[in-house]
Amino acid sequence: MDAIADVDIGAELATQVAAVAAAGGAVEIVGSGSKRFYGEPIEALPIEVAAHSGVIDYDPAELVITLRAGCRLREVEALLARNRQMFGFEPPYFGVDATIGGMVASGLAGPRRAFAGSIRDFVLGAKILDGRGETMQFGGRVIKNVAGFDVSRLLVGSLGTLGVILEVSIRVIPMFETEATLVFRHDSADEHIRWVNQLGSEPYPISASAWSGGLSHLRLSGSEQGVCHATGQLGGDPVTPEWDAIREQSHEFFVPDQPLTRISLPSACTDLSPQAPQMIEWGGAQRWLYGDVDIDSLRRQADPLGGSVCAFRGHASEIRVFHPPAPALLKLQRGIKSSFDPAGIFNVGKLYPEL
Amino acid sequence: MPQSRRQKLAVRFREFLPGESVIDQPTSLAAYECDGLSAYREQPLLVLLPETVEQVQQVMRLCHEERLPVVSRGAGTSLSGGALPHAEGVVLSLAKMSRILKVDHLSRLAVVEPGVRNLAISEAVSSQGLYYAPDPSSQIACTIGGNVAENAGGVHCLKYGLTLHNILALKLVAADGEIFEIDQRSLQSDGYDLMPLLVGSEGMLAIVVEVTVKLLPIPRCARVVMGVFDSVEKAGDSVAAIIAEGIIPAGVEMMDNLAIRAAEDFVHAGYPVDAEAILICELDGTGEEVVTQIERVEEVLKKGGAVETRLARDEAERLLFWSGRKAAFPAVGRISPDYYCIDGTIPRKSLSAVLAGVRELSGQYGLRVANVFHAGDGNLHPLILYDSNNEGELEKTEELGSKILQLCIHHGGTITGEHGVGVEKLGEMCVQFGEPERNQFHAIRECFDPLRLLNPGKAIPTLARCAEFNAMHVHNGELRFPELERF
Repeated sequence: MDAIADVDIGAELATQVAAVAAAGGAVEIVGSGSKRFYGEPIEALPIEVAAHSGVIDYDPAELVITLRAGCRLREVEALLARNRQMFGFEPPYFGVDATIGGMVASGLAGPRRAFAGSIRDFVLGAKILDGRGETMQFGGRVIKNVAGFDVSRLLVGSLGTLGVILEVSIRVIPMFETEATLVFRHDSADEHIRWVNQLGSEPYPISASAWSGGLSHLRLSGSEQGVCHATGQLGGDPVTPEWDAIREQSHEFFVPDQPLTRISLPSACTDLSPQAPQMIEWGGAQRWLYGDVDIDSLRRQADPLGGSVCAFRGHASEIRVFHPPAPALLKLQRGIKSSFDPAGIFNVGKLYPEL
Repeated sequence: MPQSRRQKLAVRFREFLPGESVIDQPTSLAAYECDGLSAYREQPLLVLLPETVEQVQQVMRLCHEERLPVVSRGAGTSLSGGALPHAEGVVLSLAKMSRILKVDHLSRLAVVEPGVRNLAISEAVSSQGLYYAPDPSSQIACTIGGNVAENAGGVHCLKYGLTLHNILALKLVAADGEIFEIDQRSLQSDGYDLMPLLVGSEGMLAIVVEVTVKLLPIPRCARVVMGVFDSVEKAGDSVAAIIAEGIIPAGVEMMDNLAIRAAEDFVHAGYPVDAEAILICELDGTGEEVVTQIERVEEVLKKGGAVETRLARDEAERLLFWSGRKAAFPAVGRISPDYYCIDGTIPRKSLSAVLAGVRELSGQYGLRVANVFHAGDGNLHPLILYDSNNEGELEKTEELGSKILQLCIHHGGTITGEHGVGVEKLGEMCVQFGEPERNQFHAIRECFDPLRLLNPGKAIPTLARCAEFNAMHVHNGELRFPELERF
């Protein structure tokens, strides 16, 4: 725990929030800013939380780490790695100083998500400041816990609209003994989608998949024997892995000066075939498109398929970033937002204009 | 409750439900008086058994109009009184909605109605090489709707997760009868993630009418090793040592001497009856992988002081090793007129301290306690042995149970790992959570159910309830564990 600063500014943050609430103001919660692009742009007084740092509890044998939200992801991953452990969901950084709070609030996960689980699946507990400046603690530091509604997991992906995340307990997993990446030729997206879903019905130790430009990449992770056995059965050619580049969107597929769109669909769905270059991850469920695409039309197509379309980066400002929710779900979300933040001071409009 | 109100309502429900789907005779209602926590009983006004989603909507609309409390119920196997009826309300049984609607092999999912039994899902897809992972001990009887309501676990959750981790979509009927859906088949949904609120909400937020579950490929190989210990501490430390090796077993279960003897006497699993503790550790995966890992686990157990290790030679012996653990509850039921199951979860490192505390409390109360333990995920199930025919013994048992749960909180754990709060642990909720958190829970509930008709009086204690609990448990103005954090 040597490298991670131990600074508790929880009390100062509570005072700031209470003052803003009393003055009828509004704030934008800012960590390192690495994921500030994600969501609608908002104009509000920034409240800086990255200084709130420190490891509250980490005993590797418990498979749980409890952190102040300002901890740098890179320092935490280094600490876990020293103990041969890691986060199962392979979080993207999008900036060297990415914080744990931003990781949880954005809910963004990397290539292993479809095979190991989402951030939500690993969050066990959280301490937050609500819109009244009150500190509340939910969940806990144990893997199984069904006491009370599961508020800590609700925070994942809420983009800071419910409160300031002060601390979070996250389940960790052991590092794999070994990994191998194989490449296969599949000319069309549909061919890849069928193939990767068929593989899912077999107990192979798959930990990532990606398709673009006619090539399917598959990562296997596990014990020496398990990976070796699967490699023998699957065939394919060994190749230098590019998973970090895919996770960080620095891979050559992600053309920086073009709008980037994320389509989320049930993994085996082949009923939506956009006419733009695609990168397909997560066993078929996450599909990136670059270039100018008609977001509204894609949303109309994705809706009946159980999917959603996110205008991830670089789109025109009049396009809504997130897929508009069904009216019943929007109503529930507005109720939940105001139960945590009755005066509407946190990241208002960041997720939806209505929240 | 005046008979006329019951009859009047029965007539109105029969306008859209088949006659036999409205139970209004006291003799038939008696079957629904309690769930698996039989110490609490209440007769509902009516029991309703809709067969379609539309009928559920009609039921909810009428209940909404009449301001009738609604207790939804699956198989009624809850161990926390979650399905205890409300005297002025209806029980909404989803048992008749028990069809498997769709199995999609390519997408590895099944769409099922809420009344489908947990085990029936795995049975229906096993020929395709797939199964549904969560396996609560009641899996023969319990329904998937109930599993969602309780976020049910089982012996394999360390590796495969709880119900929450194995659900892809839910169709729900809100308190006002409107349908809404949470669809996460695409693995990334925008907006607030309502799934973790709904899963484990104990029937207080909405009625589950359709569940899409994730199916997993059946592991090619599963093997079990048993470690025999002369102290529970050594057994507990060995679990940490296995994890430290970087191995995540499919399941690690621990039993103490009293539980071992009861189980052995009942199913003759070959357990060593003079052992202080046994660990049953299962590994699964490919054949090669399991063979090497199980050797490593055996090494760890020996290094951790196991006086003996036994590797199940074949599938029959693997099942035999499990049979004792799986029969632990009924086995304890044979050596005592009654038993009361506790469900606390603790950080694993506190196991020795908590078990020592349980022993001390057991002595103080003069009640025997057998311990079975999902050791991998820290979920303790102390079983308190008592006789309800002895005046005051149930009350004494409940008090001991409450003390054990408060001990779990004191050690950084929680009052319920998988059984839910129900009516049973409302008091302890006042210890685990402070007033702001409890108020927040009530506020969340009101977003879904402003009239508070769904399972009222369960899971989240009122301010008055906590005042009463604290008055009983605060001694000389001091809380039992004044130093502990309130959450």
